[in-house]
Amino acid sequence: MSVQQPIRRKLDLKNGRVDLSHGAGGRAMGQLIEDVFHAAFDNDWLRAGNDQSAFDPPAGRLVMTTDAYVVTPIFFPGGDIGSLAVHGTINDVAMAGARPLYLSASFIIEEGFPLADLQRIAVSMGEASRAAGVPIITGDTKVVERGKADGVFISTTGVGLAPPGLNLSSDAARPGDLVALSGTIGDHGVAVMSKRENLEFETQILSDSAPLHGLVAAMMAAGGAGVRVMRDPTRGGLAATLNELAHRSGVGFEIEEAAIPVRGEVAAACEFLGLDPLNVANEGKLVAILAPEVADAVLKAMKAHPLGCDAALIGRAVADENRFVQMRTAFGGGRIVDWLSGEQLPRIC
Amino acid sequence: MKYVDEYRDGALAKGIAATIAREADPQRLYHLMEFCGGHTHAISRYGLEDLLPDNVRMIHGPGCPVCVLPMARIDMAIRCARDPRVTLCAYGDLMRVPGSGGSSLLKVKAEGADIRMVYSTLDAIRIAEKAPDREVVFFAVGFETTTPPTALAIRAAEKKRLANFSILCNHVMTPPAMRAILESADGGEADAVRVEGFVGPAHVSTIIGTRPYRVFAERFGKPVVIAGFEPLDVAQAILMLVRQINEGRSEVENQYIRAVKESGNLKAQAEMAEIFETRETFEWRGLGWLPDSALRLKPAYARYDAEKRFGLVDAPARDNPACECGAILRGAKKPRDCKLFGAACTPDTPMGSCMVSPEGACSAHWTYGRFREAAKAAPRPRKVA
Repeated sequence: MSVQQPIRRKLDLKNGRVDLSHGAGGRAMGQLIEDVFHAAFDNDWLRAGNDQSAFDPPAGRLVMTTDAYVVTPIFFPGGDIGSLAVHGTINDVAMAGARPLYLSASFIIEEGFPLADLQRIAVSMGEASRAAGVPIITGDTKVVERGKADGVFISTTGVGLAPPGLNLSSDAARPGDLVALSGTIGDHGVAVMSKRENLEFETQILSDSAPLHGLVAAMMAAGGAGVRVMRDPTRGGLAATLNELAHRSGVGFEIEEAAIPVRGEVAAACEFLGLDPLNVANEGKLVAILAPEVADAVLKAMKAHPLGCDAALIGRAVADENRFVQMRTAFGGGRIVDWLSGEQLPRIC
Repeated sequence: MKYVDEYRDGALAKGIAATIAREADPQRLYHLMEFCGGHTHAISRYGLEDLLPDNVRMIHGPGCPVCVLPMARIDMAIRCARDPRVTLCAYGDLMRVPGSGGSSLLKVKAEGADIRMVYSTLDAIRIAEKAPDREVVFFAVGFETTTPPTALAIRAAEKKRLANFSILCNHVMTPPAMRAILESADGGEADAVRVEGFVGPAHVSTIIGTRPYRVFAERFGKPVVIAGFEPLDVAQAILMLVRQINEGRSEVENQYIRAVKESGNLKAQAEMAEIFETRETFEWRGLGWLPDSALRLKPAYARYDAEKRFGLVDAPARDNPACECGAILRGAKKPRDCKLFGAACTPDTPMGSCMVSPEGACSAHWTYGRFREAAKAAPRPRKVA
C-alpha cells in the first residue's frame, strides 16, 4: 500500500515572498525551481532534472564568458534584470565573432523578495532566451537573509562557437582601421537612471537591451577577417570601450562627434543630469574596428540589420604612442575622450 | 536639442573665431580670466581653445565651488560624518575631495559613516523626515547659485518643524574672490597674474545681477562680460572683451541677456538676506582667508547650524606641499606647471581639489585637453576620416 503523499500547496505567485526555506535544499526549493524557473525556461535539459547538463561540443573554437547582473531598479523601461542577464551574456559571447549556444543562470535572492517579481523576471529571461535561440540549460538558486543582498542578483554564463581559426581580440586594431558604431548611444543608461530613486524623470526612452549575435553574424559574413575587434560598450559607455581598445592595441583613435548617433531625448536627459552620452551604458550596441577595405561592406550589412539601422562610421585608429582617444567636437575644437573617473555625477553649479 | 544646439553651432563658432582673430591686435597679449568652473568646463569640453588665436589666452579662475573649499572644511565635514548620530548629505562632487591624511567622504563612508549623495537640498529634507531619530546634516557648498536652494531647505525644515535637520554652511560669494585676485596683482605679489578682463559668472549672475561687478570695471579698470555656459556664449564674451580692451573701455557688459537681469533675482536675494549673514572671514583654497567672503546662518536660525549644534571648529589643515591648486586657482600657474599633475594626481587619484570636480582646472585639462602637450611635442595632422 502506498504511503499517503502530503498535499502539495501551490506557490503563491501573486502575494507570496521568497523565504529562507526556498534556498534550503528541501521541497520548498525544489518547488520554487520547478514552478518558477523550469516553467519559464522550459527545455529538455532542465526537464531531465540534473545538477548539470550535457551536450556534444561541436567542432570549432569554444567561447565562454560569465557576467553578474545587479542593476537597480530591476525593472526599467525596455527591459529588466532578467532579459539583461540573457542579452548581456549572449553579447559577450557574440563579440568574439561566435554563435552563442547555451546559457546557465544562477540567482542570489534576498529573503522577502516578492515571488511575483521573481516570476516576472524568470518569464522575461525565458522569453529573451527563446527569442535569441539560446537556451538556459542549467542553473542554481540561493536565498540569503534580508539585508544580505539587494532584491535579486543574477549570474549568467554563456558558451558559444566561433569558426576555426577566428581570434577577434582587443589588441588587433591597427592605424588606419575604421571605427563602426551600430547605433545610438546612451539609451540604456538613461532609461535606467530615469527610474532611480531621487532622480525620477519623465521620459519615453527605452533601454536598448538586445541580443547582438544576429547582427554579428551578418557583419562577419560581410567583413570576414577584416573585422578586427568587436566590443559592446556597456558600463563606461563608448568612451571606456574606445580607451580600452586603444590601450590594448597600442593605437590612438580620432572620432567625429557629429558622426555619433545620439537620440534627442537622450542628449536632453544627459544635458540636465550633467552627463556625457559617451560615458553612458548601452546594452544593445557594438563597436567594431574594421580594416578599411571591408568597412563599407560591413557598414552596409549593419544598416540592413534591424539592430544596426542607425550604424555609422565614427572615426579611425591612428598611430599614437599616448593612446589618446581624441574627438573633433561638433563645435569645431578638439578634445580628449577619457575614461570616466568614479561615478558619473551631476554638476552642482 | 532646441535652445541648446543653437549655442553649440560649429559654423557660428567659426565665424566668431574668425572675428576674434581679425580684431585681436597681433602686437599684444590678451589675458582673460573665465571665473567660473562652468566656463572652464565648456572651454575644455568643446575645444574652444583651438579656435582662439595664440595671443588670446584664457586663465582658469577659482569659480569652482568644490575646488575653493579648503581642506579644513572637508576635515570638518568628515568629523561631523563620523558622529554616529549623523547622516551627512552631500552633493556628489564632494565625495572624493581629499581631506587631511588622504581621507575623503567616500573613504569615511566605506568605513561605515552614514553619508548620502543627494541631487538637491530637498532630498536631504526628505531623508530627515523619514529618519526622525537621525541627525541629518546637509553639507552646503557653492556660490550664490546654490545658496538659495539651501535657504529653501531651511524654510522647508522650519515649515515641517524638523528638529533633526541642520546644515554645515560653506556658501561663498563671488565678488570678494574676484577682488582678491585683482588686489593680489595690485599688491605686486610675485606670482600674481595680470588679468585684463573677466568672463563673468553665468548662473551666479542670474541671482546677484550685474551690479556687483561694476567695481571691477570702475575701480580696477577691468572689463567684465557676463556670459552663459554654452561654448558660443563664451566665444562671444571673449570677442566682447577683446573689443573693450582694444577700445580702452572697461565696462560691465551682459552677453547672457537671456537669463541675467541687471538686478538679478530679487526674491532669491531677499531669501538669502533673511536667512544668512556674512562671516567676518573665511578660508578659500588658493586665495587664503578673505574678509566678508562667505555666509553663515543668522542667529535666528542657529538651531539649523551644524557647526553650533555639534561644536565643530576649524582645525588648521595642510595641503600636500607639492600641490599647486592654490596658484592654479589664482590663475598664477597652469595645471601642467604642477609636478603632481598627471603623475601622482589624476582624476582617479586626486591630490588637490582642482582635480576632483569636473569643473576644476586640472580635471578639465586632464580629461579633455592634455593631448595638446603631446601635439606640441610632436605635431601631426588631426584630420579625421
